[in-house]
Amino acid sequence: MGLLNNHGVFERHSLLLTIGILITVSIGGLIQMAPLFYMENTIEKVEGMRPYTPLEVAGRNIYLREGCYVCHSQMVRPLRDEVERYGHYSLAAESMYDHPFQWGSKRTGPDLARVGRKYSDEWHVDHLIDPRALVPESIMPPYAFLAEKSLDFRHIQDDLKALRAVGVPYTDEMIENASMDLRAQVDPDIYFDEQDALVARYTEASGREGTVQIRDFDQDPDRITEMDALVAYLQMTGTLVDFSTYEAEDLMNAR
Amino acid sequence: MVSAFLCVFAVLAILIAGNATDHLMGVHALLFFSAIVAWLVGIALWAGKLGDRDPFDETEYEDTLVKFGVAASMFWSLAGLLVGVIIACQLTWPNLFYFEELGWTNFGRLRPLHTSAVIFAFGGNVLLATSFHVVQRTTRARLFGGMWPWFVFWGYQLFIVLAATGYLMGITQSKEYAEPEWYADLWLTIVWVAYLIIFLGTLWKRKEPHIYVANWFYLSFIVTIAMLHIVNNLSLPVSLGSAKSYQLFAGVQDALTQWWYGHNAVGFFLTTGFLAIMYYYIPKRVDRPVYSYRLSIVHFWSLIFIYIWAGPHHLHYTALPQWAQTLGMTFSIMLWMPSWGGMINGVMTLSGAWDKLRTDPVVRMMVVSLAFYGMATFEGPLMSVRAVNSLSHYTEWGIGHVHSGALGWVGFISFGALYCLTQWLYKRKSLYSIALVEWHFWLATIGIVFYIVALWFAGIMEGLMWRAYNDFGFLEYSFVETVEAKHISYIIRTVGGLLYLSGALIMSYNLIRTALGHERINQPTDANPVSQPPAAAELQPAE
Amino acid sequence: MYETLSSFAQTGGLIYFVAIFGAVLAYALWPKNQKKFDKAASLPLSDREPGDE
Repeated sequence: MGLLNNHGVFERHSLLLTIGILITVSIGGLIQMAPLFYMENTIEKVEGMRPYTPLEVAGRNIYLREGCYVCHSQMVRPLRDEVERYGHYSLAAESMYDHPFQWGSKRTGPDLARVGRKYSDEWHVDHLIDPRALVPESIMPPYAFLAEKSLDFRHIQDDLKALRAVGVPYTDEMIENASMDLRAQVDPDIYFDEQDALVARYTEASGREGTVQIRDFDQDPDRITEMDALVAYLQMTGTLVDFSTYEAEDLMNAR
Repeated sequence: MVSAFLCVFAVLAILIAGNATDHLMGVHALLFFSAIVAWLVGIALWAGKLGDRDPFDETEYEDTLVKFGVAASMFWSLAGLLVGVIIACQLTWPNLFYFEELGWTNFGRLRPLHTSAVIFAFGGNVLLATSFHVVQRTTRARLFGGMWPWFVFWGYQLFIVLAATGYLMGITQSKEYAEPEWYADLWLTIVWVAYLIIFLGTLWKRKEPHIYVANWFYLSFIVTIAMLHIVNNLSLPVSLGSAKSYQLFAGVQDALTQWWYGHNAVGFFLTTGFLAIMYYYIPKRVDRPVYSYRLSIVHFWSLIFIYIWAGPHHLHYTALPQWAQTLGMTFSIMLWMPSWGGMINGVMTLSGAWDKLRTDPVVRMMVVSLAFYGMATFEGPLMSVRAVNSLSHYTEWGIGHVHSGALGWVGFISFGALYCLTQWLYKRKSLYSIALVEWHFWLATIGIVFYIVALWFAGIMEGLMWRAYNDFGFLEYSFVETVEAKHISYIIRTVGGLLYLSGALIMSYNLIRTALGHERINQPTDANPVSQPPAAAELQPAE
Repeated sequence: MYETLSSFAQTGGLIYFVAIFGAVLAYALWPKNQKKFDKAASLPLSDREPGDE
């Protein structure tokens, strides 16, 4: 009885009402979200995940800028048709360096979690320039301007630094050479030695050979365009993890 | 005082403009600076014309600000709906509505513009205007804080402009419904804290002993949105001169945070805020107290408690641990109950005055909004069931679901409130034209039906096509075949959106004529209850 | 830590919910509060100005 009369103060005292609301809404969120920040069970043990190379980071930023996530998911669900259509279902580990995540919520276009190495660079470039030239029924916007726009990577080092600050394990060496690594990945003929250094750095981080793809992605040798970066990112997505060593049945990986 | 506060930001903006490492940031810093200069000039002109009048007279309500809010809501509704129709056309006729040389008009940039314009610009201004109106009327006190409510209003518009121009220029943190970058987020936080203080301050100086339940809903909206906004936008700018930032969280943690935010933006922005509108404007318009005040209390606490848990239903079958998915699903299904409790409470407020449904299209609009609310809050729990979700997720069904809530519930209750506010604040006997309200109502209703039926059809069809197998055990359809199959539905959806937009245009015309004091002759006079004389209050049972 | 927290989320959440719901229900249905609620419910219907007492 006494307690109930006290309950009436919610009405008379707005501050208490505010605090009551705050407690009600924050406890729910806290209880639900806190466990996931103790990650050992949330993220599987996999081989191959590595921080993205500077060129891939730049490409990913274009992917974000153009709002690709609005129509393309990057999350293959463990359902038969999805696994057969897109490939192995997505693991939490595969987006562990994604600040922010790009799982998406709508598939106006197909899932892109495993689009890497499925199509040739030429296909991607042609498709981005004029989607309906390759797929007549497509409703995707044209991105021809990417091929004409030089990539602005003056501040790529700051990007890597910021990413390291939020938890991506870039080494000092990776940050120091960010700009050169970016050029070396897209222009292998000029930066021959730098190319080896780039591969060595990111292969060591990955623990797996062959995750760094080096070539002139847009076949425009004169300059580094936004198209180069975006295609480099797309060709990498979903290719890092070594599924031959991933044990889905392992209890540590069960969710 | 407000102006001095703003000068600090003006200096900051200039500093950032000077040190901008990318030109987009420079553009925004200058835009911000010009907005503050415009504010200062505006204030100076206004103060010059003031004379002896006390601008903050405690014996009068601050209604001018509410009028501005109504105008802003009207403007942003048209803008947001128009962009919606444009992007619907882009998906339907890609060859006509995409422009190769104008990359900034692509779907990926316009879609966030549409969602932000309708949710935050239109919805947000409706909530600002109605909350400022309701809190004054139910506390019998003028808004707290003198000039600060104006700071909140214009500060919020500035946030909208920063966000919208940012999307077009390619500034986004790419989190759905939270796209604005770090500096716009910080600015919104400042504006929002001022909003909270004004709201609480008005409650503190109230002349009524009770805090009416609509204010509870408004308060929960303001407080919870502040919390969601801050946590979901934790990010690290690349530098102070750069528009780009990186989210503090990554992958699965970021996903959970995002959908905790995303779902509760629906819960606390698009639901509790607009329920507050229901709890004030429906009783006021039909001149009867809410059906059950007890039910409204149970409604309030159970709704805010349950909503906050439901986010993970956006992440079924993803890499999120399954227990969290199940928890989200369970609470989503439970959410059905308080939602319908509230709906019943709103609809039953009309008991004894059902004839108003026939005679007053504004009342009808608000009651139909509750019907859509009931439908969307039944559909939502259904879609949150894992098995259903495996079919519905990623498809057009989700878009249809959102729009039955957004167009039906949020849109209609807002339009109802805007009609009421315009008539009441300008002290008109009636709206300019009742017939035009009828036109608005029917065009918009048919538009919604076109829209959601088309997308149910498209969504379920594509969901089934994605998982269809042929006799040989192979997937039957390629992805693009499912895109092609949706073309007819897309056309119907676009027509639905166009009808809805025309309704809003008609409303704007009607509101402007009402504000100007025009009235069409020969319209039924019993259609509009003018605000009741004070005697009405004394007839309540408790007195 | 993860185990403890996630099992607490699952059981604690339920208990917390039932407790809050019981308290709210009792408050709303308590007979003594009825009069207060009736008064509050009629608040929107009055049209008094801020200066009125």
